[in-house]
Amino acid sequence: MGTLPGRRLVLLLPTVLGVVTLVFAFLHLLPGDPVEIMLGDWAAPADAVALRRDLGLDRPLAAQYVRFVGHAARGDFGQSIAFRAPVARVIADRYPATVELAIAALLLAVGGAVPLGVLAAVWRGRALDRIVRLASLAGVCLPSFWLGPVLMFAFAMRLDWLPVSGRGGLAHLVLPAATLALGMGGILVRLTRASVLAALGEDYVRTARAKGAPRWRAVGVHALRNALVPVVTVLGLQAGALLAGAVITETIFAWPGIGRLVVQAIQARDYPLVQGCVLVIGVTYVAINTAADVLVRAIDPRLAEPA
Amino acid sequence: MTSRLGVVAGVAGLIVIALAGAAAPWLAPAGPYTPDLGARLGAPGGAHLFGQDTLGRDVLARVLYGTRISLGVATAAVGLSLAAGTVLGCVAGYAGGWVDEALTRVIDVLLAFPGLLLAIALAAVRGPSLPNVVLALSVLGWTGYARLARAAVMSLREREFVAAARALGARPVRIVSRHLLPLAGPVLLVQATFGMAGAMVAEGSLSFLGVGAPPPLPSWGAMIDEGRPFLLVAPHLVVFPGLALALAVLALQLLGDGLRDLLDVRLDGAGRMTPS
Repeated sequence: MGTLPGRRLVLLLPTVLGVVTLVFAFLHLLPGDPVEIMLGDWAAPADAVALRRDLGLDRPLAAQYVRFVGHAARGDFGQSIAFRAPVARVIADRYPATVELAIAALLLAVGGAVPLGVLAAVWRGRALDRIVRLASLAGVCLPSFWLGPVLMFAFAMRLDWLPVSGRGGLAHLVLPAATLALGMGGILVRLTRASVLAALGEDYVRTARAKGAPRWRAVGVHALRNALVPVVTVLGLQAGALLAGAVITETIFAWPGIGRLVVQAIQARDYPLVQGCVLVIGVTYVAINTAADVLVRAIDPRLAEPA
Repeated sequence: MTSRLGVVAGVAGLIVIALAGAAAPWLAPAGPYTPDLGARLGAPGGAHLFGQDTLGRDVLARVLYGTRISLGVATAAVGLSLAAGTVLGCVAGYAGGWVDEALTRVIDVLLAFPGLLLAIALAAVRGPSLPNVVLALSVLGWTGYARLARAAVMSLREREFVAAARALGARPVRIVSRHLLPLAGPVLLVQATFGMAGAMVAEGSLSFLGVGAPPPLPSWGAMIDEGRPFLLVAPHLVVFPGLALALAVLALQLLGDGLRDLLDVRLDGAGRMTPS
């Protein structure tokens, strides 16, 4: 068991290297000369030469690649053109805001979805089950770029309960976190309900009941633990959706995180910054999925045995 | 019983949506581009059932014409992804060895990014246009189909009917296309249904962020973005395109859920490309 996280970390290396390679290739996918695109038509030739040297574009491709990988491994993603600061520092300034938003959304989604999913499964076919299923379908179908403005309109503009946008106290966090959480919660409720239903039909739940375990214990301990395996797996996958969803949500609510940064960087054609953001988000995603994998194996020891 | 109901409701919904898009010129004769600067942000009612937008254009017409963009982009993106993914997945699954190893590595790396982020980066690099949206969505959309096709082919490759076909002199292309692929059909169909919903939301997201459909095209995502600053005075600019998209996604979701239960299909992992 103890070596398992270590083994997963080793398996991670090729994927992370692939992510770095893809991000490197990005600059070379640009139609035309990246320096010309970034500086515009009116750039002084001296500036173009300097930027070309900064980006290492005056060297052979293989040398550029080695340099890029080497720098990335040390957390050096070059200079941001728009911010006139190291990309790593610009990202480090924004990263905590995105983490804060993601954790809030995750807590909200899991805290709402898992109990509702369990209750819907236990009271299958009753009124609560129907309401929960309908609400979860709505959560799945309503796109965040619509839900965000609508929530903002209702709770910030009309009712004036919450701030419209920006980052501040807890009140600022509610609307963007709810926007992110509703879509994710819809998926989680459906999944929790389905897997608790499946677990309730298993022999070990009947055995637990037969041995005198109260109903809440049979459901909450025996069934739920097994039902959580697919939920945690999808949670890991959804964490990626959370990071991508943050691009939209942060843009709507002017939340100063990395998602909004990436949009600003794209609009400013600040490609070193785009590369840095994409790389950081990609590596975060890989890390979260690995963590979910390890967690799943801790919940279900059967999966920990090598195949 | 309910899964059959879901399939019927989903198909009916999709037919209505497609008809609305096809009949747009008759349902909204004003057209999606005719400005009426005297009636900017006009409220819903009268000749303009859904109201008028920032340039006085008819919102109903724009929502109806938007159907064509949403459905068209999603169909093209899913079609391309499905074709490319199926071919690559079959080749990898049947050939095995280093071909399989290489493809699996590529898929792992592509899956290491949140799908929407990669699409945003790609679309941004290539400039806002509908073909670029289709390209961006396809470049990362094919992985899901490739994984399913690969898994299906691998699990069936050693079965007796395949050995029999081989003994009769059937070549790999024939074995895969005639004997293996039809069995993978239901899984791919269900995935493609959810993929359509995902692609519609993704197109809307890209257009919302300004890297999708270029103005003045009436993409639902772009319309929501345009309406955002006027939320307090003209909420209809945001409400109607959002409802249209939600209805389309709902129809596909019902269809996908129903088909999955009817065909008894199990998908590994969650469908990709669901950004919200």
